[in-house]
Amino acid sequence: MSDHLEAVENRTDAADPTQGDVEIQNYTINFGPQHPAAHGVLRLVMELDGEIVERVDPHVGLLHRGTEKLIEYKTYLQALPYFDRLDYCSPMCMEHTYVLAVEKLLDLEVPIRAQYLRVFFAELTRIMNHMLNLGSHVMDVGAMTPNLWLFELREDTMGFYERASGARMHAAYLRPGGVHQDVPLKLLTDIADWLDTRLPRLFEDAISLVADNRIFKQRNVDIATVSREDAIKWGFSGPMIRGSGIPWDLRKSQPYDVYGRMDFDVPVGTRGDCYDRFMVRVEEVRQSARIMKQCLNEMPEGPISSLDRKVVPPKRGEMKRSMEALIHHFKLYTEGFHVPAGDVYVATESPKGEFGVYLVADGTNKPYRCKIRPTAFSHLQAMDFMAKGHMLADTTAILGAMDIVFGECDR
Amino acid sequence: MRAPAPAYSPNDGIIDTAERALGGKVLSSLEAVGEVSFTVDRESLVETMTLLRDTPGLEYQQLMEIAGVDYPQREDRFEVVYCLLSLTRNHRIRVHVQTDDEKPVPSVTGIWPVAGWLEREVYDMYGVLFSGNSDLRRILTDYGFRGHPQRKDFPLSGFVEMRYSEEAKRVVYEPVKLAQDFRTFDFTSPWEGAEYVLPGDEKAQDGAGLPEAKGAPTPLKADDIAKAGVAQTPAKSPDAPSQPYGKTAESRAETGAGKAEADATPKPADPDVIPGGKGDTGTGGQNQ
Repeated sequence: MSDHLEAVENRTDAADPTQGDVEIQNYTINFGPQHPAAHGVLRLVMELDGEIVERVDPHVGLLHRGTEKLIEYKTYLQALPYFDRLDYCSPMCMEHTYVLAVEKLLDLEVPIRAQYLRVFFAELTRIMNHMLNLGSHVMDVGAMTPNLWLFELREDTMGFYERASGARMHAAYLRPGGVHQDVPLKLLTDIADWLDTRLPRLFEDAISLVADNRIFKQRNVDIATVSREDAIKWGFSGPMIRGSGIPWDLRKSQPYDVYGRMDFDVPVGTRGDCYDRFMVRVEEVRQSARIMKQCLNEMPEGPISSLDRKVVPPKRGEMKRSMEALIHHFKLYTEGFHVPAGDVYVATESPKGEFGVYLVADGTNKPYRCKIRPTAFSHLQAMDFMAKGHMLADTTAILGAMDIVFGECDR
Repeated sequence: MRAPAPAYSPNDGIIDTAERALGGKVLSSLEAVGEVSFTVDRESLVETMTLLRDTPGLEYQQLMEIAGVDYPQREDRFEVVYCLLSLTRNHRIRVHVQTDDEKPVPSVTGIWPVAGWLEREVYDMYGVLFSGNSDLRRILTDYGFRGHPQRKDFPLSGFVEMRYSEEAKRVVYEPVKLAQDFRTFDFTSPWEGAEYVLPGDEKAQDGAGLPEAKGAPTPLKADDIAKAGVAQTPAKSPDAPSQPYGKTAESRAETGAGKAEADATPKPADPDVIPGGKGDTGTGGQNQ
């Protein structure tokens, strides 16, 4: 009789399950590989308990193209455009790391104007990247308008890209030794006007819609809080580590090119949640604009690439008059330059975090090994512990605040 | 350093501090191109890494990257490179470990959980095993992929290609068929020790022991051609000095410029006529 009463009241113990038990099973769902909030081809195998995420197993590699293998079969110059195609939302920052690595092996001096131009365009790239990320993040959590406005700005930056390099995205503008060609003065003045008028107006308008918005905060504050210790252990970098309250910015701590001369602030978060990471990026856009203005004020005249003719080819006009220039041009575009044997790991602050290149040279004209350290790899790996215990709908907010692009993650 | 690469704290004294802290675990240390790297013992890697993280004065808190490199000519062909970063000291080092495709490398996931995926990638790309990594699956390559694509002996084109088959109504895998031969150019100059075989030379080596095929004379080896050349050229007098390339003559008398050669045949009236005809092989240049 007592058994029967327990069964009626649904009181049982686990060791002796009886008919009244309700067995709840966790179930597994696939998020992606084709999902608009996955920002590319990401497959998340999620184990759910109701609507609570228990475990996330990200499957990456769906966009693997073997970039590192291809680079081993290309000369140092031919390898450069592959970097545009890694993080296709911030192409020039990818190139930046690679050219710095090659220059480090070559011990090549870069003219000061070229360094200013590279910093200038790296910061333009940062704005370009954050426009996409901030916009898509707010769209992932339900707001539509800011995204459209930010895409306007992103379109502007791509226009500037085109005027500098001839390509809207895959610029291939940076070169070992400097940049490919000088920019017209009108482009610089146009960007200066844009920084003074259009960017602050549109950007601040768009952000004012979400930054203090109650719904936006409900979706982001206290979602996926990452402590400082976890951020270090999981190899975080960029806005992810700064969002957790660690003031670590490679532009500040390990300055490259002319970042040492630049005057800018490093924003940090206080709680380490998605909202902090979002706001860190918002402030970075303002700081990038500040750096760009400073570059415009200080940029000197002069050569835009190294005058070492064993690395940087001569201009066409020179080729028409000098036999030696013709020979250099021919040799550089057929055989390419040789890089002395050695290995370096060079990392820069890409908009998404630390983007590194481990380059092994064996003295020939091709890299022996070029290992690319994507920012997304360590961040996406932390998805499991960041999403644990949150709702299914929060995973899009977490992903949006991570800023992941699969061109770079999968290589 | 002249290059504008990222500038972190100077490397002064790092090697000494690390060698003191790690004792015999360091096999060799190197400072080159402004970077410090250590090759360490594979078995005690976890202790080494813990010491590098926790010893005051080293404090490498972050593991940023694990890279694999393949050196097929080495006995332990793979090198696993750990790139460490110290946030407090603002410094980077690299730790190298050597292994082959059988000897496992101790996993550092216990120290840095981020190593999980990084080790998976090295395993996927090179087939290096990591003992202690509980989730050593492939990561970047396709489900069911075979081989380790970053090895130097793995061809760039791979072995299989896939397409959607209209007949089978599914994706099918087939051996790679290249429409054009894979082209690769060796830019090593023959003067710098290129090791490739010139086209045609491989036939000479393969056919050396076999009887000569009908109608196809075995091509001469470079040595034989040189010997034949020696036999044909008139021997120099033993006291004649050898003339290395690039030696400069002091006067016209030494070069003999302007004088007729001792055994020179008289100049023909018509410059297009080759003197000596077909039978003369002694004095003519090889183009004649």
